[in-house]
Amino acid sequence: MKVKDDQPLRIGFYVCHCGHNIAGVVDCAAVAQYAATLEGVVLSRDYKYMCSSPGQELIREDIRDHNLNRVVVASCSPLLHEHTFRTAVAAGGLNPFLFQMVNIREHDAWVHTDKAAATDKAKALAAAAIRRVARHRPLETTRAPIHPDVLVVGGGISGIHAALTLANAGKKVYLVERDPSIGGHMAQFDKTFPTLDCAACILTPKMSAVRAHKNIVLWTYSEVAKVEGYVGNYTVTVRRKARYVQEELCVGCQECVEACVFKEPKFPDRFNVGLSRRKPIYMPFPQAVPQAVVIDPERCIELKTGKCKKTCLEACADRHAIDFQQKEELVQIHVGSMIVATGYELFDPRRLPHYGYGRYPDVLTTLECERLISSSGPTGGELRLHSGQAPTAVGFVLCAGSRDYKTNRWCSRTCCMHSMKLAQIIRERTGAEVTLFYIDIRAPGKGGEEFYDRALAQGVKFVRGRVAEVSDCPLSPAEQGKLIVRVEDTLAGMVRRIPLDMVVLAVGMEPQANAQEVRRIMNMSCSAEGWFLEKHPKMAPVSTFTDGVFIAGCCQGPKDIPDSIAQAGAAAAEALALIDAGGIDQEPNTAYISEEDCSGCKSCVDLCPYKAIAFDPVKEKASINAALCKGCGVCVAACPSGSIGQNLFEDQEVFEEIEGVLAHA
Amino acid sequence: MPENNWQPRIVAFFCSWCTYTAADLAGVSRLKYAPNIRIIRLMCSGRVDPQFVLEALARGADGVLIGGCHPGDCHYAEGNFKTLRRYQMLRRVLGAMGISEERIRLEWISASEGERVRMVINDLVERIRILGPLDLPGRLAACDAELGASAQALRLPQYRQPAADLREVIHG
Repeated sequence: MKVKDDQPLRIGFYVCHCGHNIAGVVDCAAVAQYAATLEGVVLSRDYKYMCSSPGQELIREDIRDHNLNRVVVASCSPLLHEHTFRTAVAAGGLNPFLFQMVNIREHDAWVHTDKAAATDKAKALAAAAIRRVARHRPLETTRAPIHPDVLVVGGGISGIHAALTLANAGKKVYLVERDPSIGGHMAQFDKTFPTLDCAACILTPKMSAVRAHKNIVLWTYSEVAKVEGYVGNYTVTVRRKARYVQEELCVGCQECVEACVFKEPKFPDRFNVGLSRRKPIYMPFPQAVPQAVVIDPERCIELKTGKCKKTCLEACADRHAIDFQQKEELVQIHVGSMIVATGYELFDPRRLPHYGYGRYPDVLTTLECERLISSSGPTGGELRLHSGQAPTAVGFVLCAGSRDYKTNRWCSRTCCMHSMKLAQIIRERTGAEVTLFYIDIRAPGKGGEEFYDRALAQGVKFVRGRVAEVSDCPLSPAEQGKLIVRVEDTLAGMVRRIPLDMVVLAVGMEPQANAQEVRRIMNMSCSAEGWFLEKHPKMAPVSTFTDGVFIAGCCQGPKDIPDSIAQAGAAAAEALALIDAGGIDQEPNTAYISEEDCSGCKSCVDLCPYKAIAFDPVKEKASINAALCKGCGVCVAACPSGSIGQNLFEDQEVFEEIEGVLAHA
Repeated sequence: MPENNWQPRIVAFFCSWCTYTAADLAGVSRLKYAPNIRIIRLMCSGRVDPQFVLEALARGADGVLIGGCHPGDCHYAEGNFKTLRRYQMLRRVLGAMGISEERIRLEWISASEGERVRMVINDLVERIRILGPLDLPGRLAACDAELGASAQALRLPQYRQPAADLREVIHG
């Protein structure tokens, strides 16, 4: 076989057993024996764990002792360990790109049961890599600089924590939040499980710290509109929606709200999940950060008709904070990395009509119940029925929109603990009977089981069974005027009807409705359910497939506050590691044009989405700017004269692979 | 190769970001599919040169599968649209060559769709099984032999094998 450099080929081939993962299905020794017969292979071994340090040491020593000039490892996916083995090859004194990896775990041993067929497939894939690696040439990586500024998207507890961590490390952070205030779902909670400490007492200081921090630029009521560039060098366009109030001039006195021509608050208040009313000009909630009011253009008479007395302007007087002329703005910023912490949405229980939400006023969601018992809520913390009376019997329906094949299959992880928290608070404050209808109580995490014990000790009743129906049709005098929960008590082995005053649905978590849009803007992937996909579920839980983009909190999957904060810290640490490394090595898979072969047809020029191809009208040749090339190879496949090559994915390398996979029967 | 022992051989070109990752996910999820597929990783489905597909068929593949990101989701913005264009062209070329268009397939499979990898591979293997072996190398050899024999019978000097010419064209 012809090789570009003059040296004769000396390929070292290694098959990894990966314990039983590969060796349980693929006959590794047979693959090694087969590979030893192939052209250019001077050494062929099988070994238990190639990625372990003795495995890597083996490669290093063999390169030295056997004068290897190419290395092939058949093990797991290159997306997992290609970097590991390239590093080992480099440590052996060889250019790291004179290496090729064969995926015989994810693409072979794990997906096939027929051992003979799987072994044959491994041989074919090995033959392909051995043929391919012969064509490899030494390549050099380029190092891209990293812009030190970071964008954090989402101002819930995850985004807040990530932003503060980075800012405390001296990095400039842009925190972009869609709502008029940061705080997210946690701001709506009364207490947090399992410690029952007040949510506001631990969240609001962090919110103020964000506002006060000299390294944080806080943009609320803003959304990311566009992201361009690549790791280390992103250009982000942020849409700053019109608030109609100059944030920096507003002091948060709310005299304008008092003075509004609407004498009574009339419109549903989002913060209290529609349980209270607000005016067209309003403060999102008392502890909102920034402390600036916002005008709802859908409701404000001036903004709708231009014919209002504008009493708010008079009230604002010489502060001149209200600005009806304010327009949406697009602002461009440059950052090196981004943390996405866009959170979750609650399941809409109207999708489960048999639970009566929306039909019976005393069927609530956990968040509504939370607002009702919160001292900052619409009732000042008094749990009241629709009629105004205090409930004497309250039931919690768990797994409403979770662990359910008809709606969402996943466990939302927090609803058991959330319901037990509300149950305990209701027991304490009102003495009402509280019954939890559950499938399984899931109380993992620190203090979770103890919290469950505490709920039991407080006399909260637990009925095991998925609730079939909530109705108001009485069958007995005891059920008159009550909500009746029909449930199969799977421990008692009978169907029961339990009359209650109030039913709280423990609604699960769902990906944000615009998660797909955000995913596209950020160039991320989503799981089948719609949660943002991490690079590796265990080894890279906050990284994404796009370098420099990290994820934290519930946008990645349901989790509680401690887990969200832990992830936010991890994401901040990953971003810091990237920034402080000073640069990132880029895969040398760029395309290049051989000038003498280029016919100047310009087919490639318009194909490049990165404008990396320029045409020289004097020489009548195209050329590729390697700094702009991302290595997709679209132009390579299109060039009619075959004059474009792609490092790491040369035509000849792919042809060898094709021939290789088909050479073995 | 005896007909009754014939097993379909399919070469797949998967984009590294979506379909290759989905195939990794199928592995991690221990989904089982037919072992007749050989996956080659490329950075983008837009890198799939139609020559790759022709080469695979000429080397003995019975079918070719191309996997890329869903339209609008391409890691490189729009590489998959170029793939789609070339795929339509390839189908016509293959049809003109008398090769069933069903032997090549383009699928959009995102990184989370491990189950879809399993489904698509199993389905393609079954369809190719119904179509039977393509055996393009065998056909090209037979063509050479036949033309060579008639050339000999006609005592034509300096005969060049047309199938070998075709191979040269295909291999570039």
